[in-house]
Amino acid sequence: MANITMNYAEAVADALKLEMRRDPDVYVYGEDVGKFGGSFGVTGYGVFEEFPDRVLDTPISETAIVGTAVGAAAAGMRPCVEILFMDFLPIAMDELCNQAAKFHYMFGGQMKCPMVVRTALGAGMGAAAHHSQSLEAMLCHIPGLKTVIPATPYDAKGLLISSIRDDNPVAFLEHKMLYSLKGEVPEGDYTVPIGKADLKREGTDVTLVCYSSMVHRCLEAADGLEKDGVHAEVLDLRTLIPMDKDAILNSLAKTHRLVIVHEACLTGGFGGEIAAIAAGEGFDLLDAPIVRVAGPDTPVPFSPALEAEFLVNAPRIIAAVRGLLG
Amino acid sequence: MAVENAALKPTLLDLYRTMTRIRTFEETAHKEFLKGKMPGFLHLYSGQEAIAAGVMSVLQPDDYISSHHRGHGHLIAKGADTGRMFAELFGRVDGFCRGKGGSMHIADSSLNILGANGVVGACVHIGTGAAFACKHKHRGRVSVIFLGDAATNRGTFHEALNLAAIWDLPAVYVVENNLYGVANCQRDYMKVEVAGRAAGYGFPGVTVDGNDVAAVREAAGQAVARARAGQGPTLLDCRTWRHWGHFIGDAAAYRDPEEHKAWLKRDPLILAADLLRSEKWATQADLDRIQAEAEEEMLAALDFGKNSPLPGKEELYTHVYTG
Ligand SMILES: Cc1ncc(C[n+]2csc(CCOP(=O)(O)OP(=O)(O)O)c2C)c(N)n1
Ligand SMILES: [Mg+2]
Repeated sequence: MANITMNYAEAVADALKLEMRRDPDVYVYGEDVGKFGGSFGVTGYGVFEEFPDRVLDTPISETAIVGTAVGAAAAGMRPCVEILFMDFLPIAMDELCNQAAKFHYMFGGQMKCPMVVRTALGAGMGAAAHHSQSLEAMLCHIPGLKTVIPATPYDAKGLLISSIRDDNPVAFLEHKMLYSLKGEVPEGDYTVPIGKADLKREGTDVTLVCYSSMVHRCLEAADGLEKDGVHAEVLDLRTLIPMDKDAILNSLAKTHRLVIVHEACLTGGFGGEIAAIAAGEGFDLLDAPIVRVAGPDTPVPFSPALEAEFLVNAPRIIAAVRGLLG
Repeated sequence: MAVENAALKPTLLDLYRTMTRIRTFEETAHKEFLKGKMPGFLHLYSGQEAIAAGVMSVLQPDDYISSHHRGHGHLIAKGADTGRMFAELFGRVDGFCRGKGGSMHIADSSLNILGANGVVGACVHIGTGAAFACKHKHRGRVSVIFLGDAATNRGTFHEALNLAAIWDLPAVYVVENNLYGVANCQRDYMKVEVAGRAAGYGFPGVTVDGNDVAAVREAAGQAVARARAGQGPTLLDCRTWRHWGHFIGDAAAYRDPEEHKAWLKRDPLILAADLLRSEKWATQADLDRIQAEAEEEMLAALDFGKNSPLPGKEELYTHVYTG
């Protein structure tokens, strides 16, 4: 299969097109995803053009977008709906948490909800408190829901195809600062398995566990650390639920030191879960305390001076690693 | 334009001044944004000035208002300082929210403004709650909720309006009906007229020419009087047009250029100026002076906003909790 260079948004669009061609039950709907092409431009990469009857604009009705996807999925379709900003996902939390995630279980396995909710998370655009949050941990606390969070165009495409084919509800989290990121993506059909981490960089001294935009910050930090002779391993989880515990533990067996990095607020963040796994199941592997580098426990501020302070960057990761290595 | 009597003369000139100040503020912000000087998103109010000016002219200073993402005009019409507004738009410490909110969360609580809001439809519940407080704690006050036409598709709108109806709350829902959400035209996302939605909850819905400031003032006056008298809520469906794209950077290619041109001819400032001149309530020189004063004010305001310091890093951590 030949590779093409495309950006993350195009890669998401490519997955949508392929799955819509393959499966007539896949429909896309959300706000301005039709002719306008989506506010982040995803469906504008030919998805609406090719499937004008299956890419539908909705009113500003987040509750209905997610809620009807549950019913449509239960009735045999495979909706892949869009919630523009992740900050608006809490509007549809009953639908996602109490309905989609519980259908299979509470009806004793009789029914299923094969649906995907795509949404954009993250700060960095000066978009302030209502358009910048990273709320992935909230989703990871809901059994029955899978949470997928790709960092590259390759993973975005392969994981979205897997997510659409998955028979469970999947929250598919796209970082808005990654949409223009370019990468090599195979033409045509391929999947990236849900629940498999990706070792982005091998190292021996410390493991940086991360996901989404922080993968790129960790790779920058690893470059910086290399100059000091510190070899950092970078592990991109790619999927939070299910989590690839083995990949974390295998890496710790090599490096014996763990730094967890996420953009979301520290307290109650997914880093705590990773730390608990490492401490509980990898206790003997660890030579040092576990360190978390995360956003502060504040809303995302508007002022560029404050937003820059909010965001985790490579220097902060480097400082944390140096602190750990002494 | 429905003009009842000459008593409108001083009022109309004031309304014209308010509208001119809003327009000039927005044009100044627009230019700064295009220079790359302002962070984030800017949703301009240009074209909708008659609604903020007309409605606010019938409110008392302690009445509540709740606003949305297109909220600059509401602040100015309620009396907010434009220098502090610019400071907020630049993310500076003298902004009303100390730079933490920006355009989408701009608010001056000293004027009982419960905030612009980044979540479409959130203001409907918030403002209805303020109406509850007006009924039970601040008797005689009213709560005015500004929202867009597309926001009437949120569940919040329907739940709040029903509650306001059964509790006879002193709420006025002012829908700034510019016929578009982001790129979707109203006929594509609703089958009824906005005004008609009120009937479903059992209170009046009134269609208003939202570019005619005197008409807005008249309709708002009646709605507010009803609310103050304990007769319950009213919905005003104010027909208008935003002059620019959804936010700066959106070319609004989805709109019909002919329709756009026709609406520009009905610019609320032009309509008000025409009336002021034809009734001989103002000369062109008077109008020019109002414009010049607004420009002078906004230059100074911009200067203040730009030169306000950025918040210190410690500001990131303050105000998460109170007390
Ligand atoms: C709950 C929610 N959904 C979607 C958005 C994205 N969004 C921001 S403004 C807007 C359109 C709003 O249209 P309308 O209410 O008519 O107000 P207008 O912009 O026309 O003034 C949309 C979809 C949002 N901010 N909040
Ligand atoms: Mg609108």
